[in-house]
Amino acid sequence: MQPAELSAVDIVAAVRQGDLSAVQCAETFLSRIEAGNGSINAFLNVDREGAVACAAKIDARRRAGQPIGPLAGLPVAVKDVLCTANLPTTCASKMLEHFQPPYDADTVSRLRQADAIIVGKTNMDEFAMGGSNENSAFGPVRNPWDLSRAPGGSSGGSAACVAADMAPVAIGSDTGGSIRQPAGLCGITGLKPTYGRVSRRGLIAFASSLDQIGPMARSAADCALVLETIAGHDPGDSTSLVASVPRYTELLEQPLTGVRIGRVPDHFAEGLDPEVAKGVEEAFAVLKAAGATVLDIRMPHAKYGVPTYYLIAPCEASSNLARYDGAHYGRRCEETAARKGSRASNGAIAYDSPLVEMYCRSRGEGFGPEVKRRIMLGTYALSAGYYDAYYAKAMKVRRLIRQDYLDAFEHVDLIGGPVSATPAFKLGEKTGDPLAMYLVDLYTVAANLAGIGGISFPCGFTKSGLPIGFQLQAPALGEPLLLRASDRFQRLTDWHLRRPKKSVR
Amino acid sequence: MTLSRQDVAKVGMLAKLALSDAELDTMTSELSKIVGFVSLLDELDTTSVEPLAHPLDTQNVFRDDVPAPSLSTAEALQSAPRHDGQYFLVPAVLGESGAA
Repeated sequence: MQPAELSAVDIVAAVRQGDLSAVQCAETFLSRIEAGNGSINAFLNVDREGAVACAAKIDARRRAGQPIGPLAGLPVAVKDVLCTANLPTTCASKMLEHFQPPYDADTVSRLRQADAIIVGKTNMDEFAMGGSNENSAFGPVRNPWDLSRAPGGSSGGSAACVAADMAPVAIGSDTGGSIRQPAGLCGITGLKPTYGRVSRRGLIAFASSLDQIGPMARSAADCALVLETIAGHDPGDSTSLVASVPRYTELLEQPLTGVRIGRVPDHFAEGLDPEVAKGVEEAFAVLKAAGATVLDIRMPHAKYGVPTYYLIAPCEASSNLARYDGAHYGRRCEETAARKGSRASNGAIAYDSPLVEMYCRSRGEGFGPEVKRRIMLGTYALSAGYYDAYYAKAMKVRRLIRQDYLDAFEHVDLIGGPVSATPAFKLGEKTGDPLAMYLVDLYTVAANLAGIGGISFPCGFTKSGLPIGFQLQAPALGEPLLLRASDRFQRLTDWHLRRPKKSVR
Repeated sequence: MTLSRQDVAKVGMLAKLALSDAELDTMTSELSKIVGFVSLLDELDTTSVEPLAHPLDTQNVFRDDVPAPSLSTAEALQSAPRHDGQYFLVPAVLGESGAA
């Protein structure tokens, strides 16, 4: 078998046994990236030299009989929202086009420590804001299953590179569905862990009470392998959980007998594509055949998830993105002989000082339209006179949404359902209507609001050959069961082994 | 819920975002639509509900106040648009003198 077709678990085993050299493995994936990235645009930056050098060191250590790490030789693609000290980190924004972080994100350090090979940084929606990857300042990613369609977002590059066999594993981040939705639309497996399970240090902040990093791979078993390395407490992130990290890969065997899975009838209401509905119902049938019980449950506040999210996330974003001031790092406008009282180009407002003018113009030039829209929405919802009506209200509804989950998990161990209402949509189809784009997060935002984990994996294909995703959600720290149920599904089906046609690869 | 162009211009100044004429027009209509959409939450009575700022139970994290290595000046300045080797440089904050 070619290395590009091996699972992450198999690659790590083959490198350990000396059946595959880390250099040979890295070269295989780097060549695939070089051949395919022109059409997919999944990578913003490829580190051929660094990856091969790192792989050569691992091979030398193994030959010398020295110990090698748990991910030794495994090529990993990292979403460009995670800081890397040796590679620029752009967040797919003109604001950070030339930004060179002075340190590695905790996840990146853990990957390096485990001897994984970082092959490059993946494309995304600017500052992780979007559901189609069309908000990248460096061009959209294309879905490997149909190049005229979006891969989903915001971790679109990470999803597409795994789907196109350019990397066996990628790291994504998920604030409202940004791992699960692109995984679903690209036919791969993506895990958003419990809030705090993976340290956020060095993850460029979007909405800090919602952001979480997770693995994206072909299978649940591969996600389990990577999560073992990236999860764990980090004193550098005060919200990272102080909880031991299970050996996820060793907890996959137990059958699903007796596991109760909730099904929410409202998920199948108007708006859900019939082919997606059919795939999701068939997935429930597979899980039942594997011994699980499926029970209908209610999530009475589900319809308030998206509006709650589109207040809380922009409010937090407007605060987090205040750091881009043109002074410390990031884009700075050309300085003119600005004078106090000079007016903004729209004529509406006078600047207080040349410094304020520099802030406003640098930010106006550096941020793209969606990022500006969210900063504006958040600033408005937090401003005097509106705070209670919008932000405080949303925080209250957030509690009701979390309570829905707490109540549901009294009766079930997992909740299953669709990831997205439709399969991958056409590039450009939703770009003119921000609200239509926000609604693609319908089934995913609530897990972030409640802080719980969720996983998505392929459960079928449409007649036209597009992947259909299935989502499972579990109570906080329920990753062992999420991974076990997904792995069981993947032992009984082969949807996750399907690959896009060679012609588009 | 509609926002006026002047409301949006004011929010732009609060957010320190320079918006062109065209952006101000688009933003005025888009923000009005989005604010209308999120107002769906008004149909819920939340008078007795405590706000939830953070999804999981967390507590303050303290550490001993001991010196530890941090970024060097050179590392901290490495991506600064303008600096003099010791400080970040910005335009004058006060006065009429223009760019520093």
